[in-house]
Amino acid sequence: MRRDTRALAGVGLGLLIAVSCAVAVAAENTELKDAPGRDLTVGRCVVCHSAEYIPSNAPAMNRAAWQKTIQKMRERFGAPITDAEAQQILDYLDANYSGKS
Amino acid sequence: MLTRRELLLAGTGAWLSRGAGALERPAAEGGAQPILGTLPGKRPLIQRAFRPPNFETPLADLAAPFTPNDAFFVRYHLPVIPWVDAASWRLEVSGASARQSLSLSLEELKNRFERVSLAAVNQCSGNRRGLFSPRVPGVQWSNGAMGNARWTGVRLRDVLHKAGVAGGALEAVFAGADSAVLPQTPNFVKSLPLERALDESTLIAFEMNGQPLPHWNGAPARLVVPGWTGTYWIKHLTTVRIEPKAFDGFWMKSAYRLPTGAFPGVRFVSQETPETTPITEILVNSLIVSPVAGAHLRRGAHAEVVGKAWDGGAGIAVVEVSFDGRQNWREATLGRDLGRFAWREFRVPIDTARAGPVEIAVRARSRNGAQQPDKLTFNPSGYHDNIVQTLSVEVA
Repeated sequence: MRRDTRALAGVGLGLLIAVSCAVAVAAENTELKDAPGRDLTVGRCVVCHSAEYIPSNAPAMNRAAWQKTIQKMRERFGAPITDAEAQQILDYLDANYSGKS
Repeated sequence: MLTRRELLLAGTGAWLSRGAGALERPAAEGGAQPILGTLPGKRPLIQRAFRPPNFETPLADLAAPFTPNDAFFVRYHLPVIPWVDAASWRLEVSGASARQSLSLSLEELKNRFERVSLAAVNQCSGNRRGLFSPRVPGVQWSNGAMGNARWTGVRLRDVLHKAGVAGGALEAVFAGADSAVLPQTPNFVKSLPLERALDESTLIAFEMNGQPLPHWNGAPARLVVPGWTGTYWIKHLTTVRIEPKAFDGFWMKSAYRLPTGAFPGVRFVSQETPETTPITEILVNSLIVSPVAGAHLRRGAHAEVVGKAWDGGAGIAVVEVSFDGRQNWREATLGRDLGRFAWREFRVPIDTARAGPVEIAVRARSRNGAQQPDKLTFNPSGYHDNIVQTLSVEVA
């Protein structure tokens, strides 16, 4: 019961943040690059954290590092991402946010 | 008075060079200027991430002996952060090695135990991760995931003894009110070796610089573990357990770990494996607060290098400054000793008689003989960057 409430609270918070993006106090103000897989990536990742973690980490990331991160989010943190979705998210992140050779 | 641009640049640690002979490079934000964001009750800080909130103190705000509460850095792992009602908050103390359980209100905590104040640096384990080379994932902090404050509270030891510590107790385990969105995400739970929990300097603090703890720094009460990195300083503390076994949660077993034997510092034996070991003590380090990198100094005018040096609690013995590419070193004058866990201000005059570039380097030495190294010891999580930093200014 508590967990359900918590999950709902989280979703509510996510919506609140999405709505309050225009306010320039402290807000999430990162728009991810428009490319195939963006909406899925945003949809799955911002359940738990703001999207700015993606561009801010880009200089430290390559395909292998993104794969490891997605795996960590799924296995350690319980991110609800299917195998097929994980592949699409990996392709999107690698194509757009791999800054490390 | 710094301009906004200078403040932004100062905060990024731009131009700080990495290691002897390393190329100077802009750090942490991939070339872009960092975004300032303002959380409720805070002044504008460098926004590393909005949710969970990770906000860094700009360099200029690290100048004061005690970092103002509204400028102190903010670091969270999980996004569900309740505004805890101090009147209804309770601290639960229990565990398999506790002789009895306690449930304390804030008033009881304040009134039933001796009150203690001490000055201590709170430094995130990953401070300066954004300056790492090669780059590593994580919050891309520059120099400001740290601050110095006077913490007031009660000794954790006194609270543990009130509950009663049974023979065979091995670790104390701590959790706070902040939590995750998904039920599968591990809550941020940390443990300390029992002897560190029983150390007289380990506090449950409810005041910071004479004021109630700010929400974003752990109100109404947090753990203060002077000399150890911030990961152990659990905010919004709600439960303490005394346990006979090593705590095996994610944030101990899998996160905040270093290659075993790679760094100095006290060992956390119950959590150590042949491969990795938890980060523990802060390593000896220093920071130039002014001048900022790239500053123009007027020829013949008075100028000085001012900064901070700190370590894990031995205290700072000597700070030396070089103006010639680390050939010759001059001893800096140390400021007031605020306590062995606090940072120590240092200053040394800059010779501005001749025009031209000046490369400034600073290295600190601890009373236990430890000195800042020239070369980074790489580790995959980007911890313990305490290498000698240099910056360049121009006399004209």
